[in-house]
Amino acid sequence: MTAPRSTTRDLERYAGLFAQRTQGMKSSAMRDLMAVNSQPEIISLAGGLPDTSTFPAEDFAALMARVAVDSSAAALQYGPTEGLEDVRRCIVEVMAAEGMEVETDDLLVTTGGQQVIDLVCRTLVDPGDVVIAEAPTYPGAVPVFGSYQADVVQIELDEDGMRIDVMESTLDRLEAEGRVPKFIYTVPSFQNPAGVTMSLERRRRLVQVARERELLVLEDNPYGLLRYEGDPLPTLFALSGGEYVIYLGTFSKILSPGLRLGWSAAPRPVLDKMNLGKQAADLCSPPLSQHFVKVYFAERDWRRYLSTLVELYRRRRDTMLDALAEHFPAEATWTKPQGGLFIWATLPDYIDTTDLLARALRENVAFVPGRAAYLDGRGGSSMRLNFSGVGEDEIREGVRRIGKVVREQVALYGTLTGVEPAPPRARGSAPAETDPENVLPLRRRAGG
Amino acid sequence: MSQVALLKGGRSLERQISLRSGAQVQDSLERLGHEVTAIDVGPDLVDRLEAARADVAFVALHGRGGEDGTVQELLDVLGLPYTGSGPAACIRCMDKVIAKHALRDAGIPTPDFYAFSEAAFNDLGAARALPAIEARLEFPIVVKPAAGGSALGIKFAASAADVPGALVAAFSYDTKVILERHVAGRDLAVSVLGPAGAPRALPVVEAIPRDEDFYDFEARYEIGRTTFRCPAELGDEVTARAHELALGAYRELGCYGFARVDLMLEAATGELYVLEVNAIPGLTETSLLPQAADAAGIDFDALVAEILELALARETSTAAG
Repeated sequence: MTAPRSTTRDLERYAGLFAQRTQGMKSSAMRDLMAVNSQPEIISLAGGLPDTSTFPAEDFAALMARVAVDSSAAALQYGPTEGLEDVRRCIVEVMAAEGMEVETDDLLVTTGGQQVIDLVCRTLVDPGDVVIAEAPTYPGAVPVFGSYQADVVQIELDEDGMRIDVMESTLDRLEAEGRVPKFIYTVPSFQNPAGVTMSLERRRRLVQVARERELLVLEDNPYGLLRYEGDPLPTLFALSGGEYVIYLGTFSKILSPGLRLGWSAAPRPVLDKMNLGKQAADLCSPPLSQHFVKVYFAERDWRRYLSTLVELYRRRRDTMLDALAEHFPAEATWTKPQGGLFIWATLPDYIDTTDLLARALRENVAFVPGRAAYLDGRGGSSMRLNFSGVGEDEIREGVRRIGKVVREQVALYGTLTGVEPAPPRARGSAPAETDPENVLPLRRRAGG
Repeated sequence: MSQVALLKGGRSLERQISLRSGAQVQDSLERLGHEVTAIDVGPDLVDRLEAARADVAFVALHGRGGEDGTVQELLDVLGLPYTGSGPAACIRCMDKVIAKHALRDAGIPTPDFYAFSEAAFNDLGAARALPAIEARLEFPIVVKPAAGGSALGIKFAASAADVPGALVAAFSYDTKVILERHVAGRDLAVSVLGPAGAPRALPVVEAIPRDEDFYDFEARYEIGRTTFRCPAELGDEVTARAHELALGAYRELGCYGFARVDLMLEAATGELYVLEVNAIPGLTETSLLPQAADAAGIDFDALVAEILELALARETSTAAG
């Protein structure tokens, strides 16, 4: 043994080597809590998972066998950075199903849609640059923005999506400070996490604002084809003809997230830079997955599988909405999405859903605390609930368990303050249906 | 060389840090030449322990289940020696209410506090007593769950209006909570190593929050947001007093092997207060105990070796006596 050292040994001897941007990558109590949620006995309404058990295993086996027989060497080899031409043709077909016209040359195949967010930041964002996002925003985008040291300004949503009027006044304010956002990030359809959809009027206005102010919009559209009711709305990409819009699509929700295949369609100069960024990041997206997609589109009807998913998720959404009406206290509100994977529920402001999660985990149920969807500490009383990843019985039981712990906290708060809990709501009447004013914190349409 | 069953993970909210502690300890045990069977603790624990044919268990668990005497009681039943404190000390350390009463009774200073169960509020109308508590403790008040050694659920109430929300949050983690006088000052930790009869205190570590927000407990032990200094820059007298209190707390709660005692050095008075004792503090290479040991010239492998030797020595002494 050596003699005791008198020098100060900083625990951060490794931390001293870290880049500045790692300061934006922080661990949190929430992450520690979420680590528990992978335990098998827990009903997790926290994921954003499609139900991959619905994909027929015999199809998977047959298609993979086909890949092995037809293109073994190519599937096991590196591929072009922009992706296989055949796969880009499949993407043209998928985008056409949502009314978008695009050439294969305008497409970059990426490693999941997530990589598009990374590549866009890599291409556009210097430390301190402003990025506009929704409030709440996709929790998975938060660490990407953080790692590029973006200054994220979040614009509130209501049930018609991002408040474009608020966004415009924010742009004015920023302009007065001499700051111009590098891009506007939005999930217009069945937003993650709020579940709301941007109205046609606001879509048109957003595209117009982007053109007038020469700003790029990153349209993240993983769920557009998962619509359970109502008429499809044109994408921002379709409305703009591709001008000033970077489009993000993915095979994750219409086929499988395990493939790790997404794509971007973007103005050519932007796409070229993203291509260079992708070369640096991972050279190419998995050719094995791409060959699978190619064979799948050639030999199966992707629309048919999509329609089975739509039927399945619609029932699960309805089950969750019914369960919320039955088990959540009258103080709670939630959104009623027309598609996608998520419902956003908001509790009284004295309940912190990060803490509530600890209690919920003791009841073997998990959700995503709302704070994960904000960069500024807001969202503490909200939670994201996923209805696509587990069966209807589990949805009912999971919501019942969360409802139980929420009611306990409401009752405890009442005991502490003398505030009586609200009378129970009549069965089967979700506030989103009966009283739109009740859908907090998403405010009622106010222009834009 | 021994067959070591390394217990890690589990279902506690501190699962993540436990997995990290476990991985570091496993590497170290293997470097020391032991045969290690790592067990992520679950319903099959007894079967897996039997299958491992271990001579000794290294308990790298934190929080509920692993640090509260549950696993220790089970290991006693199985007759398998294990690292760290026994069930009684674990129970005393894990429950801050029991620990603080024991410390106060022994004359070891700990911040004034009041403890309540959820039942006291729900069934006995304890809310009516809150104003009296608030008057006695003065704001800001710290509200925390009785169990747990991490920052989870610890809230500051700056005024009476904050108290109900803070209580609701703390009750998310435990059925018992503490309202405690906030001691403003320097955040110190003294790790203690050794058998119950002859423990020795390691150099004092100071946690210095980098951010302005001293009320952010999450930041407290997070790399990048808190700087740790070891040995802390304190006068000899304060260091001696910190050691004395830490050793007193260690003995009073009946700890064995190792523990970490968290203290506050009050800025206004220069008084030291013991906040809590962690029966199984973090064992990652960047955790406070390994850091303190390193400053005392005990590298990580030597620390792990000593903790393991103490486990086997207790077995021998129990068998003998």
